[in-house]
Amino acid sequence: MAHYVSPLRIPLIEGNKSYHLITDDICSPTERTPSKLWVIGFIISVSFLSLYAFVITWTIWQGIGVWNLNRTIGWGWDITNFVWWIGIGHAGTLISAILLLFRQRWRTGVNRAAEAMTIFAVICAGQFPIIHMGRVWLAFFVFPYPNTRGPLWVNFNSPLMWDVFAISTYFTVSLLFWYTGLVPDLATVRDRSKGLRWKIYNFFSFGWTGSAKHWQRWESLCLVLAGLSTPLVLSVHTIVSFDFATSVIPGWHTTIFPPYFVAGAIFSGFAMVLTLMLVARKVLNLEQYITLEHIESMNKVILLTGSIVGVAYLTELFIAWYSGYIYEQYAFFNRVFGPYWWSYFAMMTCNVLSPQFFWSKKIRRSVYWTFALSIVVNIGMWFERFVIIATTLARDYLPSSWSYYSPSWVEIGMFAGTLGLFFTCFLIFTRVAPVVAIAEVKSILKVAGDQYIGPNATKKEHHN
Amino acid sequence: MKTMHKEVLFGLYDDETELLSAVQSANADHLEIMDVYSPFAVHGLDPLLGLSESRLHQAGFVYGATGTLTAFIFMTWVFVSNWPIIFGGKPYFSAPAFIPVTFEFTVLLASIGMTVTFYTICGMGPGIVNPILDSRITDDKFCIAFDVSHSDQNTVEKYRSFFQKTGASEVNSKNI
Repeated sequence: MAHYVSPLRIPLIEGNKSYHLITDDICSPTERTPSKLWVIGFIISVSFLSLYAFVITWTIWQGIGVWNLNRTIGWGWDITNFVWWIGIGHAGTLISAILLLFRQRWRTGVNRAAEAMTIFAVICAGQFPIIHMGRVWLAFFVFPYPNTRGPLWVNFNSPLMWDVFAISTYFTVSLLFWYTGLVPDLATVRDRSKGLRWKIYNFFSFGWTGSAKHWQRWESLCLVLAGLSTPLVLSVHTIVSFDFATSVIPGWHTTIFPPYFVAGAIFSGFAMVLTLMLVARKVLNLEQYITLEHIESMNKVILLTGSIVGVAYLTELFIAWYSGYIYEQYAFFNRVFGPYWWSYFAMMTCNVLSPQFFWSKKIRRSVYWTFALSIVVNIGMWFERFVIIATTLARDYLPSSWSYYSPSWVEIGMFAGTLGLFFTCFLIFTRVAPVVAIAEVKSILKVAGDQYIGPNATKKEHHN
Repeated sequence: MKTMHKEVLFGLYDDETELLSAVQSANADHLEIMDVYSPFAVHGLDPLLGLSESRLHQAGFVYGATGTLTAFIFMTWVFVSNWPIIFGGKPYFSAPAFIPVTFEFTVLLASIGMTVTFYTICGMGPGIVNPILDSRITDDKFCIAFDVSHSDQNTVEKYRSFFQKTGASEVNSKNI
């Protein structure tokens, strides 16, 4: 019944770690005083967060008239940002759920941070539709609750309503999944601490003991949550795409939207995971846990999903021409050559061309290339949403109401502000919780033969 | 689990391979193990301890099915009987349009239900303090524990020699 030890596999974790060394390496960032780099990052993030607080207060106080939306273009930066943030969230669920089901064991190095990223990204995403409602204090109207107006129910036939359920379910399930995975690791931090720190971690680790039966149930729970999250994550972006696809607007009313949105979401999400991981592994000294193998694997996902997105763009153009429907043809002609040609150009360059660099193994394994391209991809995916939303609305059926839209300082501030919110949350997370799933990493430590440390080991390694 | 006023004799092992072979020899010697604690899920341990498969996923199915039925029946009731409205010329009972919300609600109830059940049956929750035998169990020690509250000296000696034989790096006792 001994643990199967492969003599051939490349170690997933580098540096000949022992179990204790793993605990030390991953827990120590939560125990020492923050580094200078962290403090600088935190100050910048919090200043953006304060900007965010100011800008949403201003919006709610003045009304959404302070945005530059008009009668023709009713969705602008707000919904662009919403879709962008939701898409980013998808990578976390993909890594933690789908790769768990596929038994991709390299995921253990990055899943914790990626799931945290999901949760923070969904928090950022949720701000936009809620504030876009205008009267945020009535936001609870979207939930079907018995009321004194009939009761008058919400419209369950509307994709916007489905979105309410999709996003709130997605947030809840991601949070449960993430936190359940976190509990054993919080117990590890608890058992290393004393005094007030012990009290806090004891509260949050729920009295975890590590009993065999608890581990069995824990694994069962995580597996089922992964099984539920997998169709869930596909449904979330599918439903987001329904917000557009079920309308009768040329350029939106296409059946390709659900798979194309899901691929785009994974694409942008992995880019954001890489942006964060490349910084986190450096700042927190986790290079041996988040290795070049991880980066290469994620770059392969980016290459694949980026190419799917590219094929989807071209298919859209082809189908528009092939449909013989002039409004559809005009919508796409306008998208490429219309007043927003520059955003289409940015989208195509960033999303379709830039990931093609990852065909080269050297670039896939280069930290600098990956970091630069991950940011380029995120910019590209933001433009994709802007292209779909703004260019389509700007040229509707009635030429007399054609319009142009550029954001006001409030909208720009709100976007920058959610970046502040996101990075503030993430930086706090790196200080209070283990960024790598300690227990899961320990369980995959021995996939490579040279890390076997039992009494029957054929060769004894010295731990660095 | 609340285990009040037990005297526990436990041995710590340094590696899960040692733990697994120790559990095997405990089974061969007919020693009754109280519990095994480990820093991560050790695969292959459950059958040795005679732990049956968790039925948590069955509970999850029940929660999920509850969600499916609740959502679908509720929406049907709202649109067919309670407040019928025609949306876009579609029938009152427009089942395909109910699918997304039904699916989301299924997932929601299954996840929340299973998670709450998990913490409840494990005796865990915010702020709950469960007795910990050794603080290194969540770090790098694998622990086999025997309940010796009602054992005579002979049995305790038997446990101690078992720990020695199977290569436990430390043997301690604790009242929990």
